[in-house]
Amino acid sequence: MPVGEEERRNQWPDLPSVIIFPMKSYHLDHLDYLETEAIHIMREVVSEFERPSILFSGGKDSICLLRLAEKAFRPSDIPMPFLNVATGHEFPELLEFRDRRAKELNAKLIVRTVDEALERGTAVQAAGQISRNQLQIPVLLGAIEEYRFDCCIGGARRDEEKARAKERFFSFRDSFGQWDPKNQRPEIWNLYNGRLNPGENMRIFPLSNWTEMDVWEYIKREKLEVPSIYFSHKRRCVRRGGQWVPDTELMPAKPNEEVRDLVVRVRTIGDIISTGCVESPATNCDDIIAEIAAARVTERGSRADDRVSEAAMEDRKKAGYF
Amino acid sequence: MSPLNSHPVDLLRFNTCGSVDDGKSTLIGRLLYDSKSLMEDQIEALERSADITGGGQINLANLTDGLRAEREQGITIDVAYRYFATPHRKFIIADTPGHVQYTRNMVTGASSANLSIILIDARQGVIEQSRRHAIIASLLRIPHLVVAINKMDLVDWSQDRFQEIKDQFEEFLPRLDIKDVKFIPVSALNGDNIVTTSEHTPWYPGPTLLGHLETVHIASDSNLSNFRFPVQWVNRPNNPTNHALHDFRGLSGQIAGGIVKVGQKVTVLPSGFSSAVKQIWTLDGMLDEAFCPQSVTLVLDHDLDISRGDTIVDAEDLPGAASELHAKICWMNPRPLTPGKQYFLKHTNQTVKAAILSIDHKINISTLDKETGVSDLAMNDIGEIRLKTAKPIIYDGYATNRLTGSFILIEPGTNATVAAGMLLPPTEVARPEYRDFAI
Repeated sequence: MPVGEEERRNQWPDLPSVIIFPMKSYHLDHLDYLETEAIHIMREVVSEFERPSILFSGGKDSICLLRLAEKAFRPSDIPMPFLNVATGHEFPELLEFRDRRAKELNAKLIVRTVDEALERGTAVQAAGQISRNQLQIPVLLGAIEEYRFDCCIGGARRDEEKARAKERFFSFRDSFGQWDPKNQRPEIWNLYNGRLNPGENMRIFPLSNWTEMDVWEYIKREKLEVPSIYFSHKRRCVRRGGQWVPDTELMPAKPNEEVRDLVVRVRTIGDIISTGCVESPATNCDDIIAEIAAARVTERGSRADDRVSEAAMEDRKKAGYF
Repeated sequence: MSPLNSHPVDLLRFNTCGSVDDGKSTLIGRLLYDSKSLMEDQIEALERSADITGGGQINLANLTDGLRAEREQGITIDVAYRYFATPHRKFIIADTPGHVQYTRNMVTGASSANLSIILIDARQGVIEQSRRHAIIASLLRIPHLVVAINKMDLVDWSQDRFQEIKDQFEEFLPRLDIKDVKFIPVSALNGDNIVTTSEHTPWYPGPTLLGHLETVHIASDSNLSNFRFPVQWVNRPNNPTNHALHDFRGLSGQIAGGIVKVGQKVTVLPSGFSSAVKQIWTLDGMLDEAFCPQSVTLVLDHDLDISRGDTIVDAEDLPGAASELHAKICWMNPRPLTPGKQYFLKHTNQTVKAAILSIDHKINISTLDKETGVSDLAMNDIGEIRLKTAKPIIYDGYATNRLTGSFILIEPGTNATVAAGMLLPPTEVARPEYRDFAI
């Protein structure tokens, strides 16, 4: 009988008498596997690029990115600035969190906004266009040019959307910032090809293989703070396009629209005017994990910007989107 | 975590390959659908497109074919990744197209897979494509293979037909390097033996496809025998506020093979400096030991001149070192490989110049015959070549270690990734210049 087994049986007589003692395991669980894959990519980035940056919005995926950067580079500082392309229509809670987290990590945070670009005329609002999602493209490309970034690390995941499912870890963009899905560099083993010619750019997605569930399990495991709007709170919402969106001054409810005070949370954060709120009592990570496990709608199902057409994301990515 | 709690879930990566119309996308759609991994809005989107383009019939293939051109042409033009989970495991699927011209996508999708599923249309049996896929899986040393014999409903669930195809397949198996092969009779369209056991195959005693995916033993798929640590990044804090970090000099990287322990004697290659592991540093604290494929930061006993591209190995277990290399490669570019041409070669963490010396032979991917006297390798060709690198490469044979035995070739100018290479076992072990040197 193994050492300690007799004691154990005396202490817990109800337990089955045959137990397997934990063997020393040299096998990673799924979160460890995803983590080591992402850390490896982060370190490839600082080694192979001259002017990298991390896209940090304050959203849950980019929060994971920052933790992975810490894992990759500590005890050194994270050796690249954070870049946020803000639409100007953000949830205030998100902006507060973004600024605070960047400060805590002692990082340089660069913010470029759609409003500035509209003022300067580098971005132009199309007639009837309300969402500023599309307008982030020229702002991002402008920031890349301004700071001469040769690479931007982003928190996009392949499970989010069909076009993203075809995305590489190292996603090559030509000198116009465009993605050409038919002509991507093959990615084999863990050998990433980061070579660029001047003016070209790489978008890097260390979370490619993560799912929404993995992100929340990681946030829980790492005890990461996330903006409060991910958890249940009271909010005045208006019914639009089959979902509840926040009632804001940017786009006040029309007289014929239904308005209600609800207990909601957001699953994914976009523009405040187009982010669907789901009714939810989830107040902590465990609640959210349970909610996702039982969910019957995908995360981006609550993003109006993806529902425009079956190829909405593909078209945006081809034009230079994240 | 106490051993009595539920164990953490692990992750299985697999790829699916088959010819056009073998029902690959349908199979994936079925796995997702039957394991309840599909969400209402995805089903809704499918129904929307069914009404418009499919005459009302839901097409499960639309789930994986994410690009507009694919939906229009009804083909899969690139590797698509899909994710699902059961209480036992998480899964990453690389859906790789079966077109002849898309071998490079299969190599891409399968390179890091634990398992490959080859789909065979029961009416057609083993065709050239099936052989090609098995050969690529073997070449890439994918540890586990599943042969899903699909459309069994169209051959009246005939056990004889199943056996016949199995025999056809097993006939060329001895020539391949695949240890674990499983044959499963399925109908992806109707869901038989995908997630639930089919009532049409009482003669088949084995698991369903998902049952097999959930239980196949993958814990020993990575190399745990030979410690290999390609240095990825030298971690030296700039102006640390913490004085203890002033002299911190860590070597960051992902363990590419074996296990490392504190106190272990190591050799740094190619220089040959010897030292011992002082600390295994991670953000979560020091470790006593770490293993492949963990990402860690090593601190050595001695302050040595080490940089990205160097490899730290067990002092008693040295890899090969050579600048003349012998490898199997899969060519992935429309411009053929021609001897004499120069490329960049990326191996573990270093990129060096490399010249192609010669093409030994091309491998006929349908018969495994070697064709000698070829002057070039075209897109999707697989062959054995010799090349010379500007600096010696520290490596193992691909059969021993997928991470230290593989490389890619990059074309200067276009920067295209033009080849995937698998190194043959080294003929010379690294001979450190300064065997006993220590500061």
